[in-house]
Amino acid sequence: MSAVASLRRVGLPRLVVHLSVLVICIIWLIPTLGILVTSFRDAGQIAASGWWTAFTGAAETSAARLGDPSTAKQNGATYVITGSVFEGGKGGAVRAFGTRVAAPTEFAVGKAADLGDGETLTINEDGSYTYSKNAPFEGRGKRVYLSVATPPSFTTENYRTVLTSQGIGQSFVNSLTVAVPATIIPILIAAFAAYALSWMEFPGRALIIALVVGLIVVPLQMSLIPLLKMYNEIGNFFGVPSRSYAGIWLAHSAFGMPLAIYLLRNYIAGLPREIIESARVDGASDFEIFVKIILPLSFPALASFSIFQFLWTWNDLLVAMVFLGTGKDQLVLTGALNALLGSMGGKWEILTASAFITIVVPIIVFFALQRYLVRGLLAGSVKGG
Amino acid sequence: MISQIVSAVGVVIAGVFVCALYYWLSDKILQAVFPVPVDNVRAASVNLNRRATVRPWLFLGPALILLVVYLVYPVVATFILSFYDRSGGDFVGLANYRWAIQDAQFRQSIFNNILWLAVVPAACTFFGLVIAVLTDRIWWGNLAKSLIFMPMAISFVGASVIWKFIYEYRGGTETQIGLLNAVVQAIGGNPQVWISLPFWNNFFLMVILIWIQTGFAMVILSAALRGIPEETIEAAVIDGANGWQIFWKIMVPQIWGTIAVVWTTITILVLKVFDIVLTMTNGQWNTMVLANLMFDWMFRGGGDSGRSAVIALVIMAAVTPIMIWNIRQANKEMGGH
Repeated sequence: MSAVASLRRVGLPRLVVHLSVLVICIIWLIPTLGILVTSFRDAGQIAASGWWTAFTGAAETSAARLGDPSTAKQNGATYVITGSVFEGGKGGAVRAFGTRVAAPTEFAVGKAADLGDGETLTINEDGSYTYSKNAPFEGRGKRVYLSVATPPSFTTENYRTVLTSQGIGQSFVNSLTVAVPATIIPILIAAFAAYALSWMEFPGRALIIALVVGLIVVPLQMSLIPLLKMYNEIGNFFGVPSRSYAGIWLAHSAFGMPLAIYLLRNYIAGLPREIIESARVDGASDFEIFVKIILPLSFPALASFSIFQFLWTWNDLLVAMVFLGTGKDQLVLTGALNALLGSMGGKWEILTASAFITIVVPIIVFFALQRYLVRGLLAGSVKGG
Repeated sequence: MISQIVSAVGVVIAGVFVCALYYWLSDKILQAVFPVPVDNVRAASVNLNRRATVRPWLFLGPALILLVVYLVYPVVATFILSFYDRSGGDFVGLANYRWAIQDAQFRQSIFNNILWLAVVPAACTFFGLVIAVLTDRIWWGNLAKSLIFMPMAISFVGASVIWKFIYEYRGGTETQIGLLNAVVQAIGGNPQVWISLPFWNNFFLMVILIWIQTGFAMVILSAALRGIPEETIEAAVIDGANGWQIFWKIMVPQIWGTIAVVWTTITILVLKVFDIVLTMTNGQWNTMVLANLMFDWMFRGGGDSGRSAVIALVIMAAVTPIMIWNIRQANKEMGGH
């Protein structure tokens, strides 16, 4: 039994704990849920009502014109116009109606409303109405305002739009093109370095380890200006574009390198000495030991780091903005989303669908490989860094 | 698009192949240059020694080159550039530093960064600790932890869109579709344009980072709480301590080290906060922070590398104490090996 479990006996009543965790979970989930629900809603409904009403249907205000006085039928002393307010328009369920735009819920449905001047109007939920007056109708058909409950309407149209016409599909491929090589290349390089720093004796080893630990926290901002200058010079010198995929792969590899070496060294240095020494006695070279023994044994540490690096490169905006172009074939998802925020301001059907496409890959990776992620976090922070 | 996928896959395979080839080939060359003849024991042992001297540097080579080119050299170069003019051509002494001290936007950024530093690490650590304690006591705690941890996987840009939607404001009589304004309206308040309310808008941006980072603090602190020896708690229970006292007087003091690590990790992250401010306000309405100001000066009017470098150095100076502390800790750990 853990320490926390024994605290259980003396702590707060159980129910309070359950409820507070439930509330916290709901608060933490609601923001993401909001864009998920919104991304599947019809554009018109998004602008007309909050996403939390998406499943109950929302009340929208609409206007309709009653039948022309020429269609009135005389019935004794009264003149009557009948019809439906939904004629030639979309359907729905009328919740209330009114004669002024400021008060579309003045009268309840199904009951005769006295409009003055001897006029009464009854509108039923299905839209049919009876409009009567004790004298002939004059002028044009009367304008009424309705509060109409529209049924929930969900669509995948938003996703189709952003994937094709907004270039999010292309950016998705660009993001993959950046993230996958930028995850795999540094792991290989860091693993060899970590092995050398753990199991090989050479002068300056402690110094290099100290350097690596120090570099973990160096802010990216320190690197940007000189590297941008360097990239531009290399580009000019060789007559190639200064912003390229190769450039960003190397940049991401280098920026992830200190943490990669640190995490892998911690793990590899902890492997049992006997295994490595008996392999040496058997005449295996360091290269063979590394490939045949160290790599397979270090799988958990390699997995931890690759998840970190993948999430970091996929979610990165700054490095991509500096080292990668903003052209269609190079704009990554985060960059595209940032651009849409500027150009598509209030168009939430576009923004929410794009945002969800951006976050879906990391979320899948997260839930599938959470175990390794947690292990990596613990190795990276509890031990000392 | 298909051709891009094919070429990306090709690059991955080629990249891995080239890397592997380098390590394999360099090892083969090393063996060829320093042969170990079977009939000459002395020459063999000399060459074995030489191999052992060279080999670590072959293994370390690519990593060291990347570290030096992308991190060590730029740190030195940025420091030097801070004494030069906008294009990096002419030496201007301390002019850039003098500019920074007098610039209103720079002061605003420093103020905002201090505000972020005061709020975000404390809030994340506090919520993380509370949630870790609560979730460790219920059977569905792991599920709850997963959900609270999940925003860590979301990019800052994605999170900004998510929260911008919550802060959305509609003018006039339009229905409020932003959750915050709808709630404010429901309890009788007036809807606001939250992200352009000077001073308070900083806090609305901080909420985003707290939402993302609390899960991190929770995971680390939860592991630390589980590592507390049970006897210490049992002794306190026998002595009649209540839950509150046990938490503050027995549990928290035993995880101070971990709390410090969580706090410093988030502090470093806060100093570098960039994406959230860029996407939410781009520094408008007095929300500018150092990283955004630095980025701004990198490109503003063709770019001013001198001023930009000064701002980067301020961020660097702020993380330096943490860096030194980390190196000391690492040395101590290795000393005990």
